[in-house]
Amino acid sequence: MTSTSRNSSRPAAEARARKNGAVTIRARSLDRLYSWGWHHRQMAIEAWQRFFTTPMANGMTVLMIAIALALPAALQLGLANFQRAVAGWEGQPQLSVFLHKRASEAAVQTFADKLRLDPSVAEVTYISPQQALTEFQHSSKLGDALASMEINPLPAVLLLLPRNNDRDNLVALAERVNSTALVDSVVVDIAWVQRLAQLTTLGQRLSIGLAMLLALGVLLVVVNSIRLHIENRREEILVAKLVGATDAFVRRPFLYTGFCYGLFGGLLAWLLITVAITLLSGPVRGLASLYDSGFTLQGPDLGDLLSLGAGAGLLGLLGAWLAVARHISAIQPR
Amino acid sequence: MITFDNVNKRYPSGQDALGRVSLEIERAEMVFLTGRSGAGKSTLLKLLTAIERPSRGTILVSGHNLNRLRNSQIPYYRRNLGIVFQNHQLLFDRSVFDNVALPLSVAGCNRRELGRRVRAALDKVGLLQREKQNPIVLSGGEQQRVGIARAVVNKPRLLVADEPTGNLDPQLSAEVMQLFRQFNAVGVTVLVASHDLKLIARMGCRVLSLEAGHLIFDGVPDRDFAKGPA
Ligand SMILES: Nc1ncnc2c1ncn2[C@@H]1O[C@H](COP(=O)(O)OP(=O)(O)OP(=O)(O)O)[C@@H](O)[C@H]1O
Ligand SMILES: [Mg+2]
Repeated sequence: MTSTSRNSSRPAAEARARKNGAVTIRARSLDRLYSWGWHHRQMAIEAWQRFFTTPMANGMTVLMIAIALALPAALQLGLANFQRAVAGWEGQPQLSVFLHKRASEAAVQTFADKLRLDPSVAEVTYISPQQALTEFQHSSKLGDALASMEINPLPAVLLLLPRNNDRDNLVALAERVNSTALVDSVVVDIAWVQRLAQLTTLGQRLSIGLAMLLALGVLLVVVNSIRLHIENRREEILVAKLVGATDAFVRRPFLYTGFCYGLFGGLLAWLLITVAITLLSGPVRGLASLYDSGFTLQGPDLGDLLSLGAGAGLLGLLGAWLAVARHISAIQPR
Repeated sequence: MITFDNVNKRYPSGQDALGRVSLEIERAEMVFLTGRSGAGKSTLLKLLTAIERPSRGTILVSGHNLNRLRNSQIPYYRRNLGIVFQNHQLLFDRSVFDNVALPLSVAGCNRRELGRRVRAALDKVGLLQREKQNPIVLSGGEQQRVGIARAVVNKPRLLVADEPTGNLDPQLSAEVMQLFRQFNAVGVTVLVASHDLKLIARMGCRVLSLEAGHLIFDGVPDRDFAKGPA
Protein backbone atom coordinates (compact mmCIF):
# COMPACT_ATOMS: atom_id res chain seq x y z
CA MET A 1 0.00 0.00 0.00
CA THR A 2 1.41 3.36 -0.92
CA SER A 3 0.39 6.81 0.10
CA THR A 4 -0.73 7.52 -3.42
CA SER A 5 -3.28 4.73 -3.64
CA ARG A 6 -6.45 6.16 -5.15
CA ASN A 7 -8.64 3.29 -4.15
CA SER A 8 -9.77 4.76 -0.89
CA SER A 9 -10.46 8.01 0.79
CA ARG A 10 -8.17 8.68 3.69
CA PRO A 11 -10.40 7.60 6.60
CA ALA A 12 -11.10 4.31 4.87
CA ALA A 13 -7.42 3.71 4.29
CA GLU A 14 -6.68 4.42 7.91
CA ALA A 15 -9.38 2.02 9.04
CA ARG A 16 -7.88 -0.67 6.83
CA ALA A 17 -4.42 0.02 8.16
CA ARG A 18 -5.73 -0.31 11.70
CA LYS A 19 -7.28 -3.65 10.88
CA ASN A 20 -4.01 -4.91 9.42
CA GLY A 21 -2.21 -4.00 12.60
CA ALA A 22 0.62 -1.79 13.65
CA VAL A 23 3.10 -3.25 11.17
CA THR A 24 1.24 -1.81 8.20
CA ILE A 25 0.98 1.60 9.78
CA ARG A 26 4.69 1.61 10.53
CA ALA A 27 5.62 0.39 7.11
CA ARG A 28 3.45 3.06 5.61
CA SER A 29 4.79 5.91 7.66
CA LEU A 30 8.33 4.67 7.07
CA ASP A 31 7.57 4.69 3.38
CA ARG A 32 6.34 8.25 3.68
CA LEU A 33 9.31 9.30 5.72
CA TYR A 34 11.56 7.72 3.15
CA SER A 35 9.96 9.54 0.22
CA TRP A 36 9.94 12.78 2.22
CA GLY A 37 13.65 12.39 2.84
CA TRP A 38 14.14 11.48 -0.77
CA HIS A 39 12.39 14.64 -1.92
CA HIS A 40 14.54 16.74 0.41
CA ARG A 41 17.69 15.17 -1.00
CA GLN A 42 16.38 15.66 -4.51
CA MET A 43 15.61 19.33 -3.85
CA ALA A 44 19.05 19.90 -2.34
CA ILE A 45 20.70 18.38 -5.41
CA GLU A 46 18.42 20.37 -7.69
CA ALA A 47 19.12 23.64 -5.86
CA TRP A 48 22.82 22.91 -6.30
CA GLN A 49 22.40 22.17 -10.02
CA ARG A 50 20.13 25.15 -10.64
CA PHE A 51 22.75 27.28 -9.00
CA PHE A 52 25.18 26.52 -11.80
CA THR A 53 22.70 26.82 -14.66
CA THR A 54 22.79 30.62 -14.31
CA PRO A 55 26.29 31.10 -12.89
CA MET A 56 26.52 34.82 -13.67
CA ALA A 57 23.34 35.94 -11.92
CA ASN A 58 23.80 33.60 -8.98
CA GLY A 59 27.49 34.42 -8.72
CA MET A 60 26.67 38.13 -8.48
CA THR A 61 24.14 37.50 -5.76
CA VAL A 62 26.60 35.39 -3.80
CA LEU A 63 29.36 37.98 -4.23
CA MET A 64 27.02 40.69 -2.99
CA ILE A 65 26.20 38.61 0.07
CA ALA A 66 29.88 37.78 0.60
CA ILE A 67 30.93 41.44 0.56
CA ALA A 68 28.13 42.43 2.90
CA LEU A 69 29.23 39.71 5.32
CA ALA A 70 32.98 40.27 4.92
CA LEU A 71 32.84 43.94 5.98
CA PRO A 72 31.60 43.48 9.56
CA ALA A 73 33.51 40.22 9.93
CA ALA A 74 36.75 41.94 8.90
CA LEU A 75 36.06 44.81 11.31
CA GLN A 76 35.48 42.33 14.12
CA LEU A 77 38.68 40.52 13.26
CA GLY A 78 40.59 43.82 13.09
CA LEU A 79 39.33 44.72 16.56
CA ALA A 80 40.37 41.36 17.94
CA ASN A 81 43.85 41.86 16.48
CA PHE A 82 44.04 45.40 17.85
CA GLN A 83 43.12 44.16 21.31
CA ARG A 84 45.77 41.49 21.07
CA ALA A 85 48.35 44.06 19.99
CA VAL A 86 47.71 46.38 22.94
CA ALA A 87 47.14 43.59 25.47
CA GLY A 88 50.74 44.02 26.76
CA TRP A 89 50.17 47.55 28.05
CA GLU A 90 46.56 47.60 28.79
CA GLY A 91 45.43 46.86 32.31
CA GLN A 92 48.74 47.86 33.89
CA PRO A 93 48.19 51.42 35.01
CA GLN A 94 50.71 52.54 37.54
CA LEU A 95 50.82 55.22 40.20
CA SER A 96 53.85 57.51 40.25
CA VAL A 97 54.24 58.85 43.78
CA PHE A 98 56.49 61.94 43.90
CA LEU A 99 57.91 62.52 47.34
CA HIS A 100 58.83 65.78 49.00
CA LYS A 101 62.35 66.91 48.22
CA ARG A 102 63.15 67.19 51.89
CA ALA A 103 62.05 63.71 52.86
CA SER A 104 64.89 61.73 54.40
CA GLU A 105 66.09 58.53 52.79
CA ALA A 106 65.20 56.50 55.89
CA ALA A 107 61.68 57.89 56.10
CA VAL A 108 61.14 57.10 52.45
CA GLN A 109 62.32 53.50 52.95
CA THR A 110 59.92 53.01 55.91
CA PHE A 111 57.11 54.47 53.85
CA ALA A 112 57.93 52.12 50.95
CA ASP A 113 57.98 49.12 53.31
CA LYS A 114 54.63 50.17 54.71
CA LEU A 115 53.21 50.37 51.20
CA ARG A 116 54.58 46.90 50.39
CA LEU A 117 52.39 45.53 53.18
CA ASP A 118 49.33 47.35 51.81
CA PRO A 119 46.88 44.75 50.46
CA SER A 120 45.90 46.89 47.47
CA VAL A 121 49.48 47.34 46.27
CA ALA A 122 51.14 44.61 44.23
CA GLU A 123 54.61 46.03 43.78
CA VAL A 124 56.60 49.01 44.91
CA THR A 125 59.67 50.24 43.08
CA TYR A 126 61.83 52.91 44.68
CA ILE A 127 63.69 55.29 42.42
CA SER A 128 66.09 57.52 44.32
CA PRO A 129 66.76 61.05 43.06
CA GLN A 130 70.20 59.88 41.97
CA GLN A 131 68.76 56.97 39.94
CA ALA A 132 66.17 59.27 38.44
CA LEU A 133 68.87 61.65 37.36
CA THR A 134 70.97 58.91 35.75
CA GLU A 135 67.98 57.54 33.89
CA PHE A 136 67.02 60.99 32.76
CA GLN A 137 70.53 61.68 31.52
CA HIS A 138 70.47 58.47 29.52
CA SER A 139 67.19 59.10 27.83
CA SER A 140 67.35 62.83 27.22
CA LYS A 141 69.74 65.44 25.92
CA LEU A 142 68.55 67.67 28.72
CA GLY A 143 70.57 65.38 30.99
CA ASP A 144 73.73 67.39 30.26
CA ALA A 145 72.02 70.56 31.36
CA LEU A 146 70.97 68.83 34.58
CA ALA A 147 74.44 67.50 35.23
CA SER A 148 75.80 71.01 35.18
CA MET A 149 73.41 72.00 37.95
CA GLU A 150 74.76 71.87 41.43
CA ILE A 151 71.88 70.21 43.13
CA ASN A 152 69.70 67.40 41.79
CA PRO A 153 66.25 68.91 41.13
CA LEU A 154 64.55 65.53 40.83
CA PRO A 155 62.52 64.11 43.72
CA ALA A 156 62.50 60.50 44.88
CA VAL A 157 59.76 58.51 43.22
CA LEU A 158 57.83 55.39 44.24
CA LEU A 159 56.22 53.44 41.39
CA LEU A 160 53.17 51.52 42.61
CA LEU A 161 51.58 48.69 40.70
CA PRO A 162 48.07 48.32 42.08
CA ARG A 163 46.59 44.87 42.63
CA ASN A 164 43.21 45.94 41.32
CA ASN A 165 43.00 47.97 38.12
CA ASP A 166 39.50 49.34 38.19
CA ARG A 167 39.14 53.06 38.17
CA ASP A 168 37.52 53.61 41.58
CA ASN A 169 40.14 51.52 43.28
CA LEU A 170 42.97 53.45 41.60
CA VAL A 171 41.51 56.80 42.60
CA ALA A 172 40.97 55.66 46.18
CA LEU A 173 44.52 54.36 46.45
CA ALA A 174 45.91 57.57 44.94
CA GLU A 175 43.99 59.68 47.47
CA ARG A 176 45.10 57.54 50.39
CA VAL A 177 48.75 57.78 49.38
CA ASN A 178 48.47 61.47 48.66
CA SER A 179 47.25 62.19 52.19
CA THR A 180 50.59 61.05 53.62
CA ALA A 181 52.83 63.94 54.72
CA LEU A 182 55.83 62.62 52.80
CA VAL A 183 54.04 62.72 49.47
CA ASP A 184 54.16 65.72 47.22
CA SER A 185 51.89 64.50 44.43
CA VAL A 186 50.50 61.34 42.85
CA VAL A 187 50.05 60.84 39.12
CA VAL A 188 47.73 58.10 37.93
CA ASP A 189 48.33 56.85 34.39
CA ILE A 190 44.80 55.80 33.62
CA ALA A 191 43.51 58.32 31.16
CA TRP A 192 44.89 56.55 28.10
CA VAL A 193 43.85 53.14 29.42
CA GLN A 194 40.33 54.42 29.63
CA ARG A 195 40.55 56.01 26.24
CA LEU A 196 41.72 52.74 24.78
CA ALA A 197 38.91 50.79 26.45
CA GLN A 198 36.35 53.28 25.23
CA LEU A 199 37.76 53.17 21.73
CA THR A 200 37.51 49.39 21.72
CA THR A 201 33.92 49.50 22.97
CA LEU A 202 33.09 52.07 20.31
CA GLY A 203 34.66 49.86 17.64
CA GLN A 204 32.70 46.87 18.87
CA ARG A 205 29.42 48.78 18.89
CA LEU A 206 30.13 50.06 15.40
CA SER A 207 30.89 46.61 14.09
CA ILE A 208 27.73 45.16 15.68
CA GLY A 209 25.65 47.97 14.23
CA LEU A 210 27.26 47.53 10.84
CA ALA A 211 26.79 43.76 11.07
CA MET A 212 23.07 44.13 11.77
CA LEU A 213 22.61 46.63 8.98
CA LEU A 214 24.45 44.47 6.48
CA ALA A 215 22.67 41.31 7.68
CA LEU A 216 19.46 43.13 6.84
CA GLY A 217 20.98 43.90 3.44
CA VAL A 218 21.81 40.23 2.91
CA LEU A 219 18.26 39.32 3.88
CA LEU A 220 16.84 41.74 1.33
CA VAL A 221 19.17 40.48 -1.39
CA VAL A 222 18.03 36.90 -0.73
CA VAL A 223 14.35 37.84 -0.53
CA ASN A 224 14.60 39.63 -3.85
CA SER A 225 16.50 36.85 -5.63
CA ILE A 226 14.08 34.21 -4.36
CA ARG A 227 11.16 36.36 -5.44
CA LEU A 228 12.61 36.41 -8.96
CA HIS A 229 13.09 32.64 -8.85
CA ILE A 230 9.47 32.19 -7.82
CA GLU A 231 8.32 34.49 -10.62
CA ASN A 232 10.37 32.49 -13.13
CA ARG A 233 8.86 29.22 -12.00
CA ARG A 234 5.31 30.49 -11.67
CA GLU A 235 4.02 28.13 -14.35
CA GLU A 236 5.54 25.13 -12.65
CA ILE A 237 4.12 26.13 -9.27
CA LEU A 238 0.64 26.46 -10.76
CA VAL A 239 0.76 23.05 -12.39
CA ALA A 240 2.20 21.41 -9.28
CA LYS A 241 -0.58 22.88 -7.17
CA LEU A 242 -3.19 21.67 -9.65
CA VAL A 243 -1.95 18.11 -9.37
CA GLY A 244 -2.00 18.23 -5.59
CA ALA A 245 1.26 19.78 -4.37
CA THR A 246 1.12 21.19 -0.87
CA ASP A 247 2.59 24.61 -0.16
CA ALA A 248 5.38 22.90 1.78
CA PHE A 249 6.31 20.86 -1.28
CA VAL A 250 6.38 23.92 -3.52
CA ARG A 251 8.37 25.94 -0.96
CA ARG A 252 11.11 23.37 -0.51
CA PRO A 253 13.33 24.08 -3.57
CA PHE A 254 13.27 27.82 -2.86
CA LEU A 255 14.27 27.32 0.75
CA TYR A 256 17.20 25.23 -0.40
CA THR A 257 18.20 27.87 -2.93
CA GLY A 258 18.08 30.56 -0.24
CA PHE A 259 20.20 28.41 2.04
CA CYS A 260 22.70 27.89 -0.80
CA TYR A 261 22.96 31.64 -1.39
CA GLY A 262 23.68 32.26 2.26
CA LEU A 263 26.09 29.36 2.65
CA PHE A 264 28.12 30.18 -0.45
CA GLY A 265 28.10 33.87 0.47
CA GLY A 266 29.40 33.06 3.94
CA LEU A 267 32.14 30.78 2.65
CA LEU A 268 33.20 33.34 0.06
CA ALA A 269 33.26 36.06 2.73
CA TRP A 270 35.62 33.90 4.77
CA LEU A 271 37.82 33.41 1.72
CA LEU A 272 37.89 37.18 1.03
CA ILE A 273 38.97 37.94 4.58
CA THR A 274 41.59 35.21 4.55
CA VAL A 275 43.09 36.54 1.34
CA ALA A 276 43.07 40.11 2.68
CA ILE A 277 44.77 39.04 5.92
CA THR A 278 47.39 37.10 4.00
CA LEU A 279 48.15 40.15 1.88
CA LEU A 280 48.37 42.42 4.95
CA SER A 281 50.30 40.12 7.26
CA GLY A 282 53.69 40.78 5.63
CA PRO A 283 53.62 44.57 6.02
CA VAL A 284 52.14 44.29 9.51
CA ARG A 285 54.92 41.98 10.64
CA GLY A 286 57.46 44.47 9.24
CA LEU A 287 55.78 47.32 11.09
CA ALA A 288 55.65 45.36 14.34
CA SER A 289 59.32 44.49 14.15
CA LEU A 290 60.12 48.23 13.93
CA TYR A 291 58.49 48.56 17.34
CA ASP A 292 60.36 45.53 18.69
CA SER A 293 57.18 43.53 18.81
CA GLY A 294 56.62 39.97 17.65
CA PHE A 295 53.02 40.78 16.78
CA THR A 296 51.51 39.00 13.77
CA LEU A 297 48.04 39.39 12.28
CA GLN A 298 45.72 36.56 13.09
CA GLY A 299 43.41 35.51 10.23
CA PRO A 300 39.99 33.87 10.56
CA ASP A 301 40.16 30.29 11.79
CA LEU A 302 38.10 27.18 11.11
CA GLY A 303 35.62 28.13 13.81
CA ASP A 304 35.01 31.42 12.00
CA LEU A 305 34.52 29.50 8.76
CA LEU A 306 31.89 27.30 10.41
CA SER A 307 30.05 30.14 12.11
CA LEU A 308 30.16 32.36 9.01
CA GLY A 309 28.89 29.53 6.82
CA ALA A 310 26.19 28.41 9.22
CA GLY A 311 25.11 31.93 10.16
CA ALA A 312 24.93 33.06 6.56
CA GLY A 313 23.14 29.85 5.57
CA LEU A 314 20.49 30.47 8.21
CA LEU A 315 20.20 34.08 7.08
CA GLY A 316 19.64 32.86 3.51
CA LEU A 317 17.07 30.37 4.72
CA LEU A 318 15.27 33.11 6.64
CA GLY A 319 15.28 35.37 3.57
CA ALA A 320 13.93 32.57 1.38
CA TRP A 321 11.28 31.86 3.99
CA LEU A 322 10.16 35.48 3.99
CA ALA A 323 9.96 35.44 0.18
CA VAL A 324 8.02 32.17 -0.12
CA ALA A 325 5.67 33.08 2.73
CA ARG A 326 4.68 36.19 0.79
CA HIS A 327 4.64 34.89 -2.75
CA ILE A 328 3.92 31.16 -2.92
CA SER A 329 0.50 31.12 -1.35
CA ALA A 330 -0.46 33.99 -3.65
CA ILE A 331 0.09 31.76 -6.69
CA GLN A 332 -3.16 29.84 -7.04
CA PRO A 333 -4.68 28.23 -10.12
CA ARG A 334 -7.53 30.29 -11.58
CA MET B 1 -20.06 10.19 -6.81
CA ILE B 2 -20.74 13.87 -7.56
CA THR B 3 -23.66 15.85 -6.21
CA PHE B 4 -24.36 19.53 -6.89
CA ASP B 5 -27.18 20.89 -4.76
CA ASN B 6 -28.45 24.33 -5.71
CA VAL B 7 -24.98 25.59 -6.48
CA ASN B 8 -24.47 29.27 -7.20
CA LYS B 9 -21.25 30.89 -8.24
CA ARG B 10 -20.81 34.61 -8.32
CA TYR B 11 -17.30 35.86 -9.11
CA PRO B 12 -15.92 38.74 -7.06
CA SER B 13 -16.48 40.92 -10.12
CA GLY B 14 -20.23 40.41 -9.58
CA GLN B 15 -20.57 38.09 -12.57
CA ASP B 16 -23.09 35.30 -11.92
CA ALA B 17 -21.50 32.30 -13.63
CA LEU B 18 -23.73 29.54 -12.24
CA GLY B 19 -27.24 29.76 -10.83
CA ARG B 20 -29.12 27.06 -8.89
CA VAL B 21 -27.34 24.14 -10.53
CA SER B 22 -28.34 20.75 -9.14
CA LEU B 23 -27.05 17.52 -10.62
CA GLU B 24 -25.99 14.03 -9.76
CA ILE B 25 -23.29 11.94 -11.44
CA GLU B 26 -22.97 8.27 -10.57
CA ARG B 27 -19.78 6.32 -10.09
CA ALA B 28 -18.21 5.12 -13.37
CA GLU B 29 -20.48 7.35 -15.49
CA MET B 30 -19.19 9.23 -18.53
CA VAL B 31 -20.82 12.63 -18.85
CA PHE B 32 -20.35 15.55 -21.26
CA LEU B 33 -20.85 19.14 -20.26
CA THR B 34 -21.78 21.49 -23.04
CA GLY B 35 -23.06 24.99 -23.68
CA ARG B 36 -22.13 28.18 -25.47
CA SER B 37 -19.04 30.15 -24.64
CA GLY B 38 -19.53 31.82 -21.28
CA ALA B 39 -22.28 29.41 -20.24
CA GLY B 40 -20.31 28.38 -17.15
CA LYS B 41 -18.73 25.04 -18.13
CA SER B 42 -15.26 25.94 -16.91
CA THR B 43 -16.73 27.45 -13.78
CA LEU B 44 -18.49 24.19 -12.95
CA LEU B 45 -15.26 22.24 -13.40
CA LYS B 46 -13.33 24.78 -11.31
CA LEU B 47 -15.78 24.26 -8.48
CA LEU B 48 -15.33 20.52 -8.80
CA THR B 49 -11.53 20.79 -8.69
CA ALA B 50 -11.61 23.23 -5.76
CA ILE B 51 -10.01 25.97 -7.83
CA GLU B 52 -13.03 28.10 -7.00
CA ARG B 53 -15.50 27.79 -4.15
CA PRO B 54 -19.29 27.98 -4.56
CA SER B 55 -21.06 31.14 -3.41
CA ARG B 56 -24.08 29.11 -2.31
CA GLY B 57 -25.16 25.48 -2.35
CA THR B 58 -23.29 22.27 -1.59
CA ILE B 59 -20.97 20.09 -3.64
CA LEU B 60 -20.33 16.52 -2.55
CA VAL B 61 -17.63 14.37 -4.14
CA SER B 62 -17.48 10.73 -2.95
CA GLY B 63 -19.14 11.81 0.27
CA HIS B 64 -16.76 14.74 0.94
CA ASN B 65 -18.36 18.13 1.24
CA LEU B 66 -16.17 20.52 -0.74
CA ASN B 67 -17.53 23.52 1.14
CA ARG B 68 -15.95 22.16 4.31
CA LEU B 69 -12.60 21.52 2.66
CA ARG B 70 -9.94 23.62 4.37
CA ASN B 71 -7.32 25.26 2.14
CA SER B 72 -4.66 22.98 3.57
CA GLN B 73 -6.72 19.93 2.58
CA ILE B 74 -7.18 20.96 -1.05
CA PRO B 75 -3.88 19.40 -2.26
CA TYR B 76 -4.89 16.04 -0.76
CA TYR B 77 -8.33 16.31 -2.37
CA ARG B 78 -6.81 17.07 -5.78
CA ARG B 79 -4.65 13.97 -5.59
CA ASN B 80 -7.86 11.99 -6.03
CA LEU B 81 -8.66 13.76 -9.30
CA GLY B 82 -7.27 13.66 -12.79
CA ILE B 83 -7.46 17.04 -14.51
CA VAL B 84 -6.97 17.65 -18.25
CA PHE B 85 -6.77 21.19 -19.53
CA GLN B 86 -7.46 22.68 -22.90
CA ASN B 87 -4.04 24.29 -23.01
CA HIS B 88 -2.52 21.08 -21.65
CA GLN B 89 -0.30 22.95 -19.12
CA LEU B 90 2.83 20.94 -19.77
CA LEU B 91 6.19 22.10 -18.44
CA PHE B 92 8.75 22.57 -21.17
CA ASP B 93 11.76 22.58 -18.86
CA ARG B 94 11.60 18.80 -18.35
CA SER B 95 11.04 15.56 -20.18
CA VAL B 96 7.73 13.91 -21.01
CA PHE B 97 8.48 11.36 -18.28
CA ASP B 98 8.98 14.05 -15.63
CA ASN B 99 5.82 15.85 -16.71
CA VAL B 100 3.76 12.73 -16.26
CA ALA B 101 5.55 11.90 -12.99
CA LEU B 102 4.68 15.24 -11.38
CA PRO B 103 1.44 14.14 -9.62
CA LEU B 104 3.30 11.15 -8.19
CA SER B 105 6.35 13.05 -6.94
CA VAL B 106 4.04 15.62 -5.43
CA ALA B 107 2.28 12.86 -3.50
CA GLY B 108 5.58 11.39 -2.31
CA CYS B 109 5.46 8.18 -4.33
CA ASN B 110 8.59 6.04 -4.10
CA ARG B 111 10.95 5.78 -7.07
CA ARG B 112 10.25 2.25 -8.24
CA GLU B 113 6.48 2.62 -8.09
CA LEU B 114 6.76 5.98 -9.85
CA GLY B 115 8.72 4.64 -12.82
CA ARG B 116 6.33 1.73 -13.22
CA ARG B 117 3.21 3.88 -13.13
CA VAL B 118 4.54 6.62 -15.42
CA ARG B 119 5.47 4.04 -18.06
CA ALA B 120 2.07 2.37 -17.71
CA ALA B 121 0.31 5.72 -18.24
CA LEU B 122 2.52 6.65 -21.21
CA ASP B 123 1.91 3.23 -22.68
CA LYS B 124 -1.85 3.73 -22.44
CA VAL B 125 -1.68 6.96 -24.48
CA GLY B 126 0.82 5.38 -26.90
CA LEU B 127 3.79 7.62 -26.11
CA LEU B 128 6.09 5.22 -24.31
CA GLN B 129 8.93 5.74 -26.81
CA ARG B 130 8.83 9.51 -26.32
CA GLU B 131 9.38 9.52 -22.56
CA LYS B 132 12.86 11.09 -22.72
CA GLN B 133 11.90 13.86 -25.13
CA ASN B 134 10.93 17.38 -24.24
CA PRO B 135 7.16 17.88 -24.79
CA ILE B 136 7.94 20.94 -26.92
CA VAL B 137 8.98 18.68 -29.81
CA LEU B 138 5.64 16.84 -29.75
CA SER B 139 2.62 17.68 -31.91
CA GLY B 140 -0.51 19.25 -30.40
CA GLY B 141 -2.30 15.92 -30.21
CA GLU B 142 0.70 14.21 -28.64
CA GLN B 143 1.01 16.99 -26.08
CA GLN B 144 -2.64 16.59 -25.22
CA ARG B 145 -2.07 12.86 -24.73
CA VAL B 146 0.86 13.59 -22.40
CA GLY B 147 -1.56 15.78 -20.45
CA ILE B 148 -3.99 12.89 -20.26
CA ALA B 149 -1.26 10.50 -19.13
CA ARG B 150 -0.42 12.95 -16.37
CA ALA B 151 -4.08 13.13 -15.36
CA VAL B 152 -4.47 9.36 -15.06
CA VAL B 153 -1.05 8.45 -13.68
CA ASN B 154 -2.23 8.34 -10.09
CA LYS B 155 -5.27 6.21 -10.99
CA PRO B 156 -7.94 8.78 -10.14
CA ARG B 157 -11.54 7.70 -9.60
CA LEU B 158 -12.67 10.93 -11.27
CA LEU B 159 -11.29 12.39 -14.48
CA VAL B 160 -12.20 15.97 -15.34
CA ALA B 161 -11.38 17.51 -18.73
CA ASP B 162 -12.00 21.09 -19.88
CA GLU B 163 -12.18 21.30 -23.70
CA PRO B 164 -9.53 18.59 -24.16
CA THR B 165 -10.05 18.60 -27.92
CA GLY B 166 -10.29 22.35 -28.41
CA ASN B 167 -7.06 22.56 -30.41
CA LEU B 168 -7.26 19.24 -32.22
CA ASP B 169 -8.48 18.19 -35.66
CA PRO B 170 -11.55 15.85 -35.81
CA GLN B 171 -9.42 12.73 -36.18
CA LEU B 172 -7.27 13.51 -33.11
CA SER B 173 -10.34 14.62 -31.17
CA ALA B 174 -11.95 11.27 -31.80
CA GLU B 175 -8.78 9.50 -30.64
CA VAL B 176 -8.70 11.51 -27.40
CA MET B 177 -12.37 10.74 -26.77
CA GLN B 178 -11.64 7.08 -27.36
CA LEU B 179 -8.98 7.27 -24.66
CA PHE B 180 -11.46 8.73 -22.22
CA ARG B 181 -13.88 5.98 -23.04
CA GLN B 182 -11.21 3.38 -22.26
CA PHE B 183 -10.61 4.86 -18.83
CA ASN B 184 -14.35 4.99 -18.27
CA ALA B 185 -14.56 1.31 -19.19
CA VAL B 186 -12.31 0.42 -16.24
CA GLY B 187 -14.51 2.28 -13.78
CA VAL B 188 -13.24 5.86 -13.86
CA THR B 189 -15.92 8.55 -13.66
CA VAL B 190 -15.32 10.94 -16.56
CA LEU B 191 -16.65 14.49 -16.94
CA VAL B 192 -15.70 16.32 -20.14
CA ALA B 193 -16.59 19.91 -21.00
CA SER B 194 -16.77 20.49 -24.73
CA HIS B 195 -18.71 22.43 -27.34
CA ASP B 196 -17.99 19.96 -30.11
CA LEU B 197 -21.64 18.89 -30.39
CA LYS B 198 -21.08 16.52 -33.32
CA LEU B 199 -18.45 14.60 -31.46
CA ILE B 200 -20.60 14.46 -28.31
CA ALA B 201 -23.60 13.19 -30.23
CA ARG B 202 -21.52 10.36 -31.69
CA MET B 203 -20.36 9.25 -28.24
CA GLY B 204 -23.89 8.44 -27.13
CA CYS B 205 -23.24 9.47 -23.52
CA ARG B 206 -25.21 11.49 -21.03
CA VAL B 207 -25.01 15.22 -21.69
CA LEU B 208 -25.45 18.18 -19.35
CA SER B 209 -26.21 21.45 -21.12
CA LEU B 210 -25.64 24.84 -19.57
CA GLU B 211 -26.99 28.16 -20.72
CA ALA B 212 -26.11 31.38 -18.95
CA GLY B 213 -25.23 29.45 -15.82
CA HIS B 214 -28.39 27.34 -15.68
CA LEU B 215 -28.74 23.64 -16.38
CA ILE B 216 -31.17 23.39 -19.31
CA PHE B 217 -30.72 19.82 -20.48
CA ASP B 218 -29.76 16.56 -18.78
CA GLY B 219 -29.97 13.25 -20.62
CA VAL B 220 -28.78 11.22 -23.58
CA PRO B 221 -29.41 13.35 -26.67
CA ASP B 222 -31.13 12.12 -29.83
CA ARG B 223 -29.66 12.37 -33.31
CA ASP B 224 -30.73 15.98 -33.86
CA PHE B 225 -28.67 17.12 -30.88
CA ALA B 226 -25.77 18.25 -33.02
CA LYS B 227 -28.00 20.89 -34.62
CA GLY B 228 -28.22 22.64 -31.25
CA PRO B 229 -29.54 21.94 -27.75
CA ALA B 230 -33.27 21.96 -27.10
N1 LIG C 1 -12.29 34.58 -12.83
C1 LIG C 1 -13.40 35.14 -13.27
N2 LIG C 1 -13.80 36.33 -12.78
C2 LIG C 1 -14.93 36.91 -13.18
N3 LIG C 1 -15.78 36.37 -14.08
C3 LIG C 1 -15.46 35.19 -14.59
C4 LIG C 1 -14.27 34.50 -14.23
N4 LIG C 1 -14.21 33.34 -14.90
C5 LIG C 1 -15.32 33.29 -15.65
N5 LIG C 1 -16.06 34.39 -15.47
C6 LIG C 1 -17.34 34.67 -16.11
O1 LIG C 1 -18.23 33.61 -15.80
C7 LIG C 1 -18.97 33.24 -16.94
C8 LIG C 1 -18.79 31.77 -17.23
O2 LIG C 1 -17.45 31.57 -17.62
P1 LIG C 1 -16.84 30.15 -17.95
O3 LIG C 1 -15.39 30.31 -18.14
O4 LIG C 1 -17.31 29.19 -16.93
O5 LIG C 1 -17.53 29.84 -19.35
P2 LIG C 1 -17.31 28.62 -20.31
O6 LIG C 1 -18.63 27.96 -20.45
O7 LIG C 1 -16.19 27.78 -19.85
O8 LIG C 1 -16.92 29.34 -21.65
P3 LIG C 1 -15.90 28.86 -22.80
O9 LIG C 1 -16.60 27.85 -23.63
O10 LIG C 1 -15.61 30.10 -23.58
O11 LIG C 1 -14.70 28.33 -22.13
C9 LIG C 1 -18.51 34.13 -18.08
O12 LIG C 1 -19.46 35.15 -18.25
C10 LIG C 1 -17.20 34.69 -17.62
O13 LIG C 1 -17.05 36.01 -18.05
MG1 LIG D 1 -14.26 27.30 -20.58
